[in-house]
Amino acid sequence: MIRVLLPAHLRALAHVGSEISIEVPGPVTQRSVLDALENAYPMLRGTIRDHVTQARRPFLRFFACSEDWSHESPDTLLPDDIVSGKEPLYIVGAIAGG
Amino acid sequence: MSKVRVLVGTKKGAFILSADGKREKWDVSGPFFAGWEIYHLKGSPVNPDRIYASQSSGWFGQVIQRSNDGGKTWDTPGGGVKIEPGQMLKGESNKFVYDTSSPNGAELHTHQWYDGTQHPWEFKRVWHLEPSLTDPDAVYAGIEDAALFLSADGAQSWHELAGLRGHGTGPRWQPGAGGMCLHTIILDPNDAKRIYIAISAAGAFRTDDAGKTWKPINRGLFSQYIPDPNAEVGHCVHHVAMHKSRPNTLFMQKHWDVLRSDNAGDQWTEVSGNLPTDFGFVIDVHAHEPETIYVVPIKSDSEHFPIDGKLQVYRSRTGGNEWEALTKGLPQQNCYVNVLRDAMSVDSLDSCGIYFGTTGGQVFVSPDGGDNWMPIVQSLPPVLSVEVQTLS
Repeated sequence: MIRVLLPAHLRALAHVGSEISIEVPGPVTQRSVLDALENAYPMLRGTIRDHVTQARRPFLRFFACSEDWSHESPDTLLPDDIVSGKEPLYIVGAIAGG
Repeated sequence: MSKVRVLVGTKKGAFILSADGKREKWDVSGPFFAGWEIYHLKGSPVNPDRIYASQSSGWFGQVIQRSNDGGKTWDTPGGGVKIEPGQMLKGESNKFVYDTSSPNGAELHTHQWYDGTQHPWEFKRVWHLEPSLTDPDAVYAGIEDAALFLSADGAQSWHELAGLRGHGTGPRWQPGAGGMCLHTIILDPNDAKRIYIAISAAGAFRTDDAGKTWKPINRGLFSQYIPDPNAEVGHCVHHVAMHKSRPNTLFMQKHWDVLRSDNAGDQWTEVSGNLPTDFGFVIDVHAHEPETIYVVPIKSDSEHFPIDGKLQVYRSRTGGNEWEALTKGLPQQNCYVNVLRDAMSVDSLDSCGIYFGTTGGQVFVSPDGGDNWMPIVQSLPPVLSVEVQTLS
């Protein structure tokens, strides 16, 4: 299971707690994790990445294993510690005022 | 006994204010969607417990919320976690994609930017939701960058009425200070195919064929901030109001100027009359007196607050030109708030109630058509919109 931490507003929108676990079929990449996340929680579609282009929304960032993965290819394999569930994938709202 | 329910959208969530017909004691619930910008909420006139809300955020984009119990509970239509047998949830209630398909769509061209250069058309948010007069599952959305969308399935999915954006004048439309927003949608109660809309800063438009084709209705508007003050489009219309008994008569608060039209927008006449300033955002019509209208004069386009810190509603009982200041119960010193374009509404009780919200977080009510005012709440986040439901 892949662990994902969502920002507070998206937790409220999806009616979930601070951390959720999702089954991700196949290679574990940003794209496959977000696909699985949106399948499980359809209300999150469009809030993390654009409906059509699938581009990350500009004020969101993806952190994994203490590194910023926001600008990596969405098809790059995520670190082993994410795949094993040892570490969560953080989806973080950019710090941009109140 | 009749009741009223006031739907308030703010910069940091939605609130619902409820009272009986006396409109003296109020229950306040909320914030709903705390921390999100709620540009607009509006209930279906067919089923008042069906309410639609536009929720948005610079971080997470657009979300549409829907309630079927008068605002007690909400969901994202088609985006929940409970899947009915054999039904796939699409999660597309917030998917607003300009229709560029052939033959019904329109090419995604550019519009004018603040500096006069051309700029790509981009979806930003939903400014206004206008439920159908006959079908609780049908609702229109006015969006930024300006376009009109329609949902026929209770906001689960949306499609653009692209004839408006494809009108051909799009490259001459430009954003106002708040963005290039379609903020006003008026449905003609006598003609299901006639819709009026207004865009900042393009002007007002009318369709007589349910949105296939559109006509700019800006003749008589004069705007010194565009190269040709009498241009067909480019005017910064702030809001338009109509009384349901006279759908050919429209009242407009423009960037500057208050105007009226008595022929469905084909020709406008200025009715600013003795207003102390004719800049402002809101305009509305009394529920039972189609020639009684209300505005809140704002000092100027560079000073968005009342003159001398005195918050005053102005009422005309003659459809314009002759105005009286309404001040009883409103702050008459040190009040430097604004009243935004969708932040005034009226109820339809026998003694018509008038409501408005301010950027200072106040929501005021007058239960007697404007003679006396009282605050319902005084410290909400900045108010973006106010809609009133009269419930039997």
